[in-house]
Amino acid sequence: MRPVQNPLSISRRDLLRKIGFSAGAAMMYQAMSTLGFARESDYRGPVELSGAPKGTSVLILGAGMAGLVAAYELRRAGYTVKVLEYNHRAGGRSWTLRGGDEYTELGGHKQKCEFDPGLYVNPGPWRIPYHHHGMLDYARRLKVPLEPFNQLNFNAYLHSSKDFGGKPQRYRHIYADYHGHIAELLSKAVNKGQLDAELTTEDKERLLVSLRTFGVLDKDYRYVKSFATSESRGYDTERGAGLMPPPQFSTPIARDALLKSGLANYMVTPFDYDLTPSMFQPVGGMDRIAMALYSDVAPLVELDAKVTAIDQDERGVSVTYVDAQRGGEPKHARADWCLCTIPLSILSEIPIKVSEPMLAAIQAAPYEASVKFGLQFKRRFWEEDEQIYGGISFTDLPIQMIGYPIAGMNQGGKGVLLGGYVWGTNAYEFNSMTPEQRIRKAVESGAQIHPQYTKEFENGVVVSWHRSPFTQGCFANWSDAARDKHYDNLCQIDGRIALAGEHASRLPAWQEGAVLSSLDAIGRMHKKIVGTV
Amino acid sequence: MAKPALSASVRLCRNLASLLALALCAPAVVSADEEPPPFSPPGSFTDLGHFAHQDGATLFRAICQGCHMPDAKGAVGAGYYPALAGNQKLASATYPALVVLKGRHGMPAFGDYLSDAQVVEVVNYVRSHFGNQYPDALTPAEVAKLR
Repeated sequence: MRPVQNPLSISRRDLLRKIGFSAGAAMMYQAMSTLGFARESDYRGPVELSGAPKGTSVLILGAGMAGLVAAYELRRAGYTVKVLEYNHRAGGRSWTLRGGDEYTELGGHKQKCEFDPGLYVNPGPWRIPYHHHGMLDYARRLKVPLEPFNQLNFNAYLHSSKDFGGKPQRYRHIYADYHGHIAELLSKAVNKGQLDAELTTEDKERLLVSLRTFGVLDKDYRYVKSFATSESRGYDTERGAGLMPPPQFSTPIARDALLKSGLANYMVTPFDYDLTPSMFQPVGGMDRIAMALYSDVAPLVELDAKVTAIDQDERGVSVTYVDAQRGGEPKHARADWCLCTIPLSILSEIPIKVSEPMLAAIQAAPYEASVKFGLQFKRRFWEEDEQIYGGISFTDLPIQMIGYPIAGMNQGGKGVLLGGYVWGTNAYEFNSMTPEQRIRKAVESGAQIHPQYTKEFENGVVVSWHRSPFTQGCFANWSDAARDKHYDNLCQIDGRIALAGEHASRLPAWQEGAVLSSLDAIGRMHKKIVGTV
Repeated sequence: MAKPALSASVRLCRNLASLLALALCAPAVVSADEEPPPFSPPGSFTDLGHFAHQDGATLFRAICQGCHMPDAKGAVGAGYYPALAGNQKLASATYPALVVLKGRHGMPAFGDYLSDAQVVEVVNYVRSHFGNQYPDALTPAEVAKLR
């Protein structure tokens, strides 16, 4: 069912383009999130850094997840730690926008988040897979409460603006009907003997039995309107009680219309290794884990510090920086060692004294475009009118997705939707607009799926990651070829400097990549310092 | 404000006028005095795999200005986006064509998203605007060779 199994034979970018051409946003998104790096986290428990020499100092550049994890662990191990952070806050891309927060993007457009208390949007990462052991372990150790994140919601929508009169379809209808139709077709082929060369008589019988269950087929292997299929795809009139009207079976979508719509192509996403249950989110916003780390190391962190040069000699590392808000005289920080977690999109523009191979690696990673919206509505119409609690709707419109909030389910009142999560060419086009124009476009798009938008929309915020002053992009989108060429050079300790972040991991764009990269780098640095390598 | 050039997406928006009115009446999320006219939304949003526009000016507004800014003077944050205005690296048309096709540093490659003709259009546009006045024009055949 997956469109892609072997990314090695074709460049990643080519592949993404082909997927974008043929299958639309969901598959593009699915591919973006998994290609070439769908593998379990290598986390092996808390890092062991015993025997740190007294007085040895480490300067950490960047207070995102990688920098915060390093500061937390190195300080506990006895190192003298200082952290320089460009933003006026810690957390980096592990970030939550709430009412009162302000954000100024490149180009000078300033947004003020006007969400009501308790409402938020995560403009960066927003979910944690069950196999991201590092993230889960820090949440556990720091006592950050988690709650389930449901990627899949059978009552959310799949939407093609060109099919079914533009009417969004329930995920469960597409799911049930697609399975029903392919089971019926395959049964026909088996019963006509068209698979005799492939299957023994026994296996044909076994297959037919399983197809009847899998596709909810009748005794003649047909997928039809019935009690059984309504138990699968739902009823037109729900089952009630007493003298309420009797239930009405629902009618499956015709096979040709379903195939023409391509909506079944969206169904790969929630079954991906990185996106299957159980997934989690921190209660109150994704930044809770980063903030818990930060609360432990805050006195070590200098905010508003814009690094302008990184130098090293045989005795240590010297970093020049300026006040990111006010500019002024350059300041200097010196330490025995340096862990640099600055995104490569930024670091490639900063003079840094490292070997040629590492420098080439720093300059080799293109940063992907992505845009995320948070839209506040006067009421939770997706729950009240449409019974959608959490999960994601997918659409061929520019917003590509609508994500429904987990927090505050079924409690009434206002709510904030993830009003769009955009990749590919659409993301560049949104990036070229003002925030106000982007939000207007997201509201226009969303209203085609939820007409209530028109009446209920209140305010919104949007983060287009190529406008982000602190990352200039969403994540390091290594091609397989560039990774093969540069990855080892990027991850080496170069003199007294090591790099860390999602860009130095095989889990790009995931916080787990930043955590593992940080632990791996400081572990190797520690061994070097204590002289065991 | 002029109606945005959303030609291809108008078909997607049955109630475009009322929705625009709605959005404009909504509480401002952007300070009014920071709303500059040059940004307009030229996005066609027709396909994830390629950009629809063909002329250089529109391609610049749909893609490049997002980072290099409407005046092509670039932007500065923790790092920076270089200015294309008055940029001497544009003296040879090959350099910007290669950067567009293959990317450079953090800038992604656009070769898969743009045809040879589109690359020609946008490179020639940038090399003849924003204080750049290079008379020689890039050709699609040259772009094809650079791919």
